[in-house]
Amino acid sequence: MKRFRRHGQESQRDRLKQDLYQFNKTVEHGFPHQPSALGYSPSLQLLAIGTRSGAIKLYGAPGVEFMGLHDENAVVTRVHFLPFQLELVTLLDDNSLHMWTLRAHKGVSELLEIGRFTLTGPPGAPPSVTRVTSVLAHSSGELLLLGTEGGHVFVVEVPGFRELEERNISLDQVANSVPEDYIGRRNLEHVETLQENPVDPNQVVIGYGRGLMVVWDLEKHQAVQHIPATQQLESTWWTEDGGHILSSHSDGSYCRWTVGGQSSKDEEEKSDIPYGHFPCKAISKIVQLPTEEGPPFLLFSGGMPRASYGDRHCISVIHGKTHVALDFTSRIIDYFVIRDGPLHTGDPGALVVLVEEELVVIDLQTEGWPVIQTPYLVPLHSSAITCSHHVSAIPLKLWERLLAAGQLQITHYSPKPWPITGGQNLGQDPPQRDLLLTGHEDGTVRFWDASGVCLYPMYKLSTAGVFHTDADPNDNMNQCSEGEWPPFRKVGCFDPYSDDPRLGVQKIHLCKYSGYLTVAGTAGQILVLELNDEAAEQTVEAKIVDLLQGQEGFRWKGHTRLDVREEPVLFPPGFQPFALVQCQPPAVVTALTLHSEWKMVAFGTSHGFGLYDYQQKNSVLVKCTLNPSDQLAMEGPLSRVKSIKKSLRQSFRRIRRSRVSLRKHHVTNAAKLQEANARLEAELAEMELAPVQRKIEARSSEDSFTGLVRTLYFADTFLSDSSHNSASLWAGTNGGSVFAYMIRMPSVEHRADEPITAHPAKEIQLMHRAPVVAIVVLDGHGSPLPEPLEVAHDLARSPDMQASHQLLVVSEEQFKIFTLPKVSAKMKLKLTALDGSRVRRVGVAWFGSSRTADAGESGLVVLTNQGDLNVVSLPSVKMQVQHPCIRREDVSGIASCVFTKHGQGFYLISPSEFERFSLSARNVVEPRSLVEVPANATAASKRRAAPDGASVLQEIQKSLEGEPT
Amino acid sequence: MILSAVLQPDNTMSRHQQRTPFKLPQNVVEVKSKFDAEYRRFALKRSGAGSFQEFYRLLQSVHHIPGTDLMLGYADIHGDLLPINNDDNFQKAVSSANPLLRIILTRKEDEPIVFATNSLQRRKKGLGLTGLRPNASGSTHQKNKPGLMIGLPQDFRQISSIIDVDILPESHRRVRLHKHGTRKPLGFYIRDGVSVRVTPQGVEKVPGVFISRLVRGGLAESTGLLGVNDEILEVNGIDVAGKSLDQVTDMMVANSHNLIVTVKPANQRNNVLPRGSKVSAGNASLGSGSTGSALSCDSPSPVSHSNPITASDSIAEGYSEEEDDDGDLIIENDNLSTYIPHNLHSSNNGNYSRDSLGRLGSVASSAPLAHSASMPSSFVTSTSDTSMTTVNQNGSPAHTASSSSQESMREDGNSITL
Repeated sequence: MKRFRRHGQESQRDRLKQDLYQFNKTVEHGFPHQPSALGYSPSLQLLAIGTRSGAIKLYGAPGVEFMGLHDENAVVTRVHFLPFQLELVTLLDDNSLHMWTLRAHKGVSELLEIGRFTLTGPPGAPPSVTRVTSVLAHSSGELLLLGTEGGHVFVVEVPGFRELEERNISLDQVANSVPEDYIGRRNLEHVETLQENPVDPNQVVIGYGRGLMVVWDLEKHQAVQHIPATQQLESTWWTEDGGHILSSHSDGSYCRWTVGGQSSKDEEEKSDIPYGHFPCKAISKIVQLPTEEGPPFLLFSGGMPRASYGDRHCISVIHGKTHVALDFTSRIIDYFVIRDGPLHTGDPGALVVLVEEELVVIDLQTEGWPVIQTPYLVPLHSSAITCSHHVSAIPLKLWERLLAAGQLQITHYSPKPWPITGGQNLGQDPPQRDLLLTGHEDGTVRFWDASGVCLYPMYKLSTAGVFHTDADPNDNMNQCSEGEWPPFRKVGCFDPYSDDPRLGVQKIHLCKYSGYLTVAGTAGQILVLELNDEAAEQTVEAKIVDLLQGQEGFRWKGHTRLDVREEPVLFPPGFQPFALVQCQPPAVVTALTLHSEWKMVAFGTSHGFGLYDYQQKNSVLVKCTLNPSDQLAMEGPLSRVKSIKKSLRQSFRRIRRSRVSLRKHHVTNAAKLQEANARLEAELAEMELAPVQRKIEARSSEDSFTGLVRTLYFADTFLSDSSHNSASLWAGTNGGSVFAYMIRMPSVEHRADEPITAHPAKEIQLMHRAPVVAIVVLDGHGSPLPEPLEVAHDLARSPDMQASHQLLVVSEEQFKIFTLPKVSAKMKLKLTALDGSRVRRVGVAWFGSSRTADAGESGLVVLTNQGDLNVVSLPSVKMQVQHPCIRREDVSGIASCVFTKHGQGFYLISPSEFERFSLSARNVVEPRSLVEVPANATAASKRRAAPDGASVLQEIQKSLEGEPT
Repeated sequence: MILSAVLQPDNTMSRHQQRTPFKLPQNVVEVKSKFDAEYRRFALKRSGAGSFQEFYRLLQSVHHIPGTDLMLGYADIHGDLLPINNDDNFQKAVSSANPLLRIILTRKEDEPIVFATNSLQRRKKGLGLTGLRPNASGSTHQKNKPGLMIGLPQDFRQISSIIDVDILPESHRRVRLHKHGTRKPLGFYIRDGVSVRVTPQGVEKVPGVFISRLVRGGLAESTGLLGVNDEILEVNGIDVAGKSLDQVTDMMVANSHNLIVTVKPANQRNNVLPRGSKVSAGNASLGSGSTGSALSCDSPSPVSHSNPITASDSIAEGYSEEEDDDGDLIIENDNLSTYIPHNLHSSNNGNYSRDSLGRLGSVASSAPLAHSASMPSSFVTSTSDTSMTTVNQNGSPAHTASSSSQESMREDGNSITL
């Protein structure tokens, strides 16, 4: 009977678990790591980016995002949309072609791979014959022309990938008709470009690497015209009217050729080396677009003078008398121009440039060609991300103030709306406003709107202004001196160079109710900032806190403290610093927390922790957690460098020694040399075979960095007896110690003048000595205490102060519940002892039930060093679910993980991308969007393609889309 | 043997009184002896401590229990309860006092104390005298009590054992290492390797974890139960198959207090045969505790015979839950109601806790008599004992080493619970 009942409860619990937890990786935010190809469909208004890791990502209107991954782990080298269709073709560097489509399923489009294809040459042919070097998606939408390294052009029917052998254009056919006087007649090299005549779809120009261009008629299957350029060809462009072909070359020149059937011996009409005189680099891509009235736009990438500006990544835009060389901070992958009009044949509207580290869109219709701010693909890593912090459910007031402060910072952006508008975003409006804060190496904190699918930049805060840095504040990169040639203009915001690594932001804590923010950095600096809608000029006074507390025999060999500006600094509207604490020694701040109700900040480093009252600007408590034997913590980061140096030196010596011994043998005779070689080889083999060993040893108190403060926590709880609650500060260290301090606050009216005091109340030394990663106090109901001010703003139920509180200490190895106020162990959950994984990240989250609106429970979200995500129930500390999430080798991904208060989380999958995941069944943010072929595009395709071609096309489309339900 | 008992009230009453730390003369050992609920404190000359018999009589007189047969035990630096029953281990006890020598007296007719790893802590926690076989249930323990008294020499401490011989295949060995009580490192390294398994599909190679090296003089080597190239199959009952080297390392470190590894020894010739076999592996195991004595192999143990439990049971619940690292050290400042003046500068705030703890320790061991009035009643009995004199060796007022070390904190029964 009992067993039966228990069984029933368990299944009920299982059902409840299904309502509460569901694991999904939902969206990737940020900029794809190592992009390698760019494609654009004017009819769908979709942008596609391929990456070096084989991913393909599609973006349309904000919120419309698709992502696909090739099975092969190969670089995507080309992405081409089939004109007026939902299909796109990708070429990988393993020479395989892949067909993808956007299929509508239950009203939502999804990106699917529907076919793959590899060219097969005649038997016995070298692989170069079929090595694809250029792709043309023909405007009919049913042909794909593939130019190869061997100089052939293969014609393939799509989307089925059927080779049309009779239509192939072999090198021999072309070579036979090449004029006798063309030099290097026998070696045309690979097919560099394929371009269709915009007015006659039967004509394509085939550009060979050597420079020769051939206008080929697909219908008649013969060459129409030969264009005998002699420079190595980089790209071609057929002008809108079909009358001219532009070619760009490796010597930095471009030529303009007239296309006409009447004469086969056309001279180049115009040739120019735009940045000439001295040798120039290649112009890799050239585009010319007409305007309704006025001169055409000419755009080309590269072509810079080799010696002086060969290292710049530039796109030159020439329109009439305006000539600008847009100077990007990273390598240009590709670019295209978006044109106005219903058929996308009007004036150029925006230039979209994909560079290695960001996507830049330039408004070509507004004076000065300003940049349009991107709603997605934002370079999160414009300076390396050093930490992140997530705040859920931001009050509207703070949100608006932040937006207003952010608006003032983006004045140099174009007012034009985002020009890429494909697809319909069907996602619901996010239920709440969420902020993701990222701290960067250059001392900035960026605020991102993380409520929805698009991670949108809201506001940027720089903390560098408080300190003296090497950078000259007047050093404005955008200023260009008069008459400079080429006329450079810096664009893009990717700037990985930090003025001073000590500025790096390590910890952030924002109180969403009061608008107080605290930011801590690499050189032991802790800034307290307040949101102010007006600009203000003020001096920030530094308070130096000595964490060593007279501990002797230690010498800090690391970096020095940051130099604080003594004169008043003008801070723009937004977060303005008003208090600064500098730790001595200036080690990295490893733990930080803010209590806005008590107006206190607690901070910790590898040496100890402190409590600072930011109302009175006074240090309340300093505690040194150092173990006297912990030499490493004392000497700072430099000592580590020394040890690396030492080990390097040793290994060099070893190499030298083996060489010396080798040489010695060499003098004697050849046989001995051989012997020595064999021995060396054996030695090497042994070195490689030596297995990785791990020492099994109990952790002792002598381990390094035991004093490092890992976590700090404020709680209003019962520390001395069970009838009086009081403010308290809890600190956990790397050595498994927990320190609790009771804080005595003066009454409200004397808060400003009476000192706050803190007394040691409790100390727990965990016997297993594993680092303490989190401390949480649970109230009488067993739920975590609410955040400061949460209750005051009526956003949380006030904690139960009747029943006794409990203390949850999460170490890397165990979850342990203690009773309060008398601390004694109550229950625990072991992690490491059972499966060998260790807690890396932990967060408290509320899991709402997907079935019933107000049901739900609090849980502990845990990420282990194996990359697994777990949910642990509270207060019973039982493992609920486990999902593998991150590869265990991805240490930086695991370290970057941050949890939201509602069961979602973010981690870095590359320096520039956050993956968003959800463990909650209720709170899921994922892209839901629909992409359809626009009606006018179909009409246009009818106009352009052969009549029967269009019907075939529509049929294919129908069969691919399936029945929309 | 000259003794001078110094009255030492055990309380923290004058915690914020400023005192200068004294240096305890090197030749004096502080002794705190406990019999039932009574404490006595006195000092002992380190050099001329005398013989065990003298000490025994002294204790009888100090505690006013002349006729009682006593068993003496002392707490060593690891918190383990070790016996004093001859001159040698008495000398050892005196020399290892650091700075306090804690003596625990029991009547001979009482339940025997079992001297073993962690036994002191377990006593204090009231978990019962589970002793050598923590996996034994209460009833079996009662049954086996006489056996314990006969078999194992009380002077030795167990550091390793072979267990579950009757339920494991002959080719496997389950070894338990007791880390506590020795300063020795566990002392072995593990590595990745390839192991051959017989599966339904035939023989196949699978990744495995092996012992790669034993540290000379380490616990693992001294037991003789583990060897290089032994394959590790389980750690505390959990199969390591499919786990990475780092995971296995972390599991072992997390269980290092009570590590049970199941290995497949590379050398299969010394296998322990199941019950009844005359071939004993016991001889193969040599060990040494901190007392410098050797150890034991309690296999095949009577307990595991009488309780044929499955491996997973005995490990997951029997061992790890019960005798675990619940011994977190918790220090509570319960006397916060006595107002601690907070006129300290921020610069010395950090030392505060350390200071107060240190003070707490020293106050506990050497508060001046003038404050005896505020002593709690439990100590009045001991202080009012007239047989104790308050004369110190040097004739100076009571003093002791001011120590902030954990040892001294641990001694303070009032403010620390173990």
